[in-house]
Amino acid sequence: MKKKMSNRDKTFWAVIIPVLILFFTFNTLPMIKGIVYSFTNYRGYGTYDYVGFRNYLDLFTDARVGKSYLFTFKYALAGTVLVNVLSLIMALGLNSSIRFKSALRGIYFVPNILGGLVIGYIFSFIFTYILPAVGNAFNIGFLQNSILASEKYAWIGVLIVGVWQAVAMNTIIYISGLQTVPQEVYEASMLDGASKWKEFWKVTFPLVMPFVTINLVLSTKNFLMVFDQIMSLTKGGPAQSTESISYLIYKNGMDGGQFGFQSANAVIFFIVIVAISVFQMTVMNKKEEQL
Amino acid sequence: MRETKKTNWVLTIVLILGTVTVFFPLYMAIIIAFKQPSEMTNDVAGALAFPAKWSLDNFRQAMEVTDFWHSLGNSLLITLTTIVLAVLIHSIAGYVISRGMTRIKGFRFIYLYIVSGMFVPFSILMMPLVKQTAQMGLGNRAGVILLYLVFYMPMNVLLYTGYMKNIPMALEEAADIDGASTWKTFWKIVFPMMMPMHATVAILTALGTWNDVMTPLVIMSGTGQNTLPLAQLNFQTQFGTNYNLAFASYILALIPILVFYIICQKQILNGVANGAVKG
Repeated sequence: MKKKMSNRDKTFWAVIIPVLILFFTFNTLPMIKGIVYSFTNYRGYGTYDYVGFRNYLDLFTDARVGKSYLFTFKYALAGTVLVNVLSLIMALGLNSSIRFKSALRGIYFVPNILGGLVIGYIFSFIFTYILPAVGNAFNIGFLQNSILASEKYAWIGVLIVGVWQAVAMNTIIYISGLQTVPQEVYEASMLDGASKWKEFWKVTFPLVMPFVTINLVLSTKNFLMVFDQIMSLTKGGPAQSTESISYLIYKNGMDGGQFGFQSANAVIFFIVIVAISVFQMTVMNKKEEQL
Repeated sequence: MRETKKTNWVLTIVLILGTVTVFFPLYMAIIIAFKQPSEMTNDVAGALAFPAKWSLDNFRQAMEVTDFWHSLGNSLLITLTTIVLAVLIHSIAGYVISRGMTRIKGFRFIYLYIVSGMFVPFSILMMPLVKQTAQMGLGNRAGVILLYLVFYMPMNVLLYTGYMKNIPMALEEAADIDGASTWKTFWKIVFPMMMPMHATVAILTALGTWNDVMTPLVIMSGTGQNTLPLAQLNFQTQFGTNYNLAFASYILALIPILVFYIICQKQILNGVANGAVKG
């Protein structure tokens, strides 16, 4: 028996070591390299020197980087709130006693399976031609020009597309959350004569709290990393008003000659994402425990 | 009880009307894809009214311009290979990690090490990976597949490891007593029992890789090869202001995943819900 056990352990190691090598080579190693590059003035080609923390110090004074953080946070915050409110409402609707339930659920999920890039191109046409046409027909001032061409409103266009796709995903997760609530709980609250509004806040909401956590963490992370929609809708414009952090790192790091500088940006971005995720999970776990 | 079962028709109708938000962009894209540039007037009707005749010319032309079959082939090759390898490699990794954690020192750490990879954004890996894959001769489709296997490993290992809790140890112990090797036990007993999780993993991995733009964009840029979404990006300039051609191309790019969705809708919805809840 003893010998058998150690054979088993050997097999386990024989399996896990190649997997670990693969993971290290294409995940940890490039990350370490990224961190190393962040201390250099590497342009992506040619020679380079180590510059200490200069890239990091420069990040905090670089107006373009600052602008991209502001845009990304504004976008992620608005997106996360909108998506979670909308998808919770959608999930409540799609989980109630309606007809054609599965067909409707199926249709509302479609935006999520379609690629962000192509969807961005289609919406770009809507924002550029359809909405201004509507604006002209009904004399709605701010719609008469493409919102994507407006420094003030372009981010709303990107937001609409992001939300349109993300609601589909989060709704499905909230539906599976609502299905974990036993029917008896609703019956009990009905017998108590609780109003629908009260029933939702006092009974349903606390019970689906774990799903709120999942959805908040997921959607925040996805919105923070927005890339495809920017690529197809605005390319960061106009006047860099919709340049997300991912897009800036891609654009200036890959062909802008800022390999080292954008590596520092990516390191900070990574820390920000981890910090926000951890923060959300701790706060929400506390909330879950209280309820 | 009976009262809650009664159909809420008002809500049903509201929800049916709401599907306009889903159908409108797709309807518009299809209509424009069938029209000729001369039919595109500057009002709403120009984009939304039926075309004078339903001709497939735009689609034929779009297929030529974007080298459609080639891009489709690349997308299929990358996605299918990734799914098969992910199911094989990530399931065995999940199995080994889950069973190893209880008996071998270090496996708990390995688990946390791999799963924590979920928080690493592609941005930080992107630039070093471009250099690294180029040096290793992996700046091509094989490199993209390999990277997907690594990128989806944290989520998939988490899912498989979690699922192992549903598979009783007693079965493996029995096989052990019968003298089956660990390797054989896994493929004959555990792997088939992981079926529901294979479906979830395959679907989540497929949706992610099929629509991904960034990885092929930066990794395969030197090869002249395109995936379906990448072709849309790379041929933007060739479409110019011919929106009809562009939209025909977009529709072609959306059709494969829509067909897949229509066929496997139930599995996809279950898979997505399952993945999120377990994850």
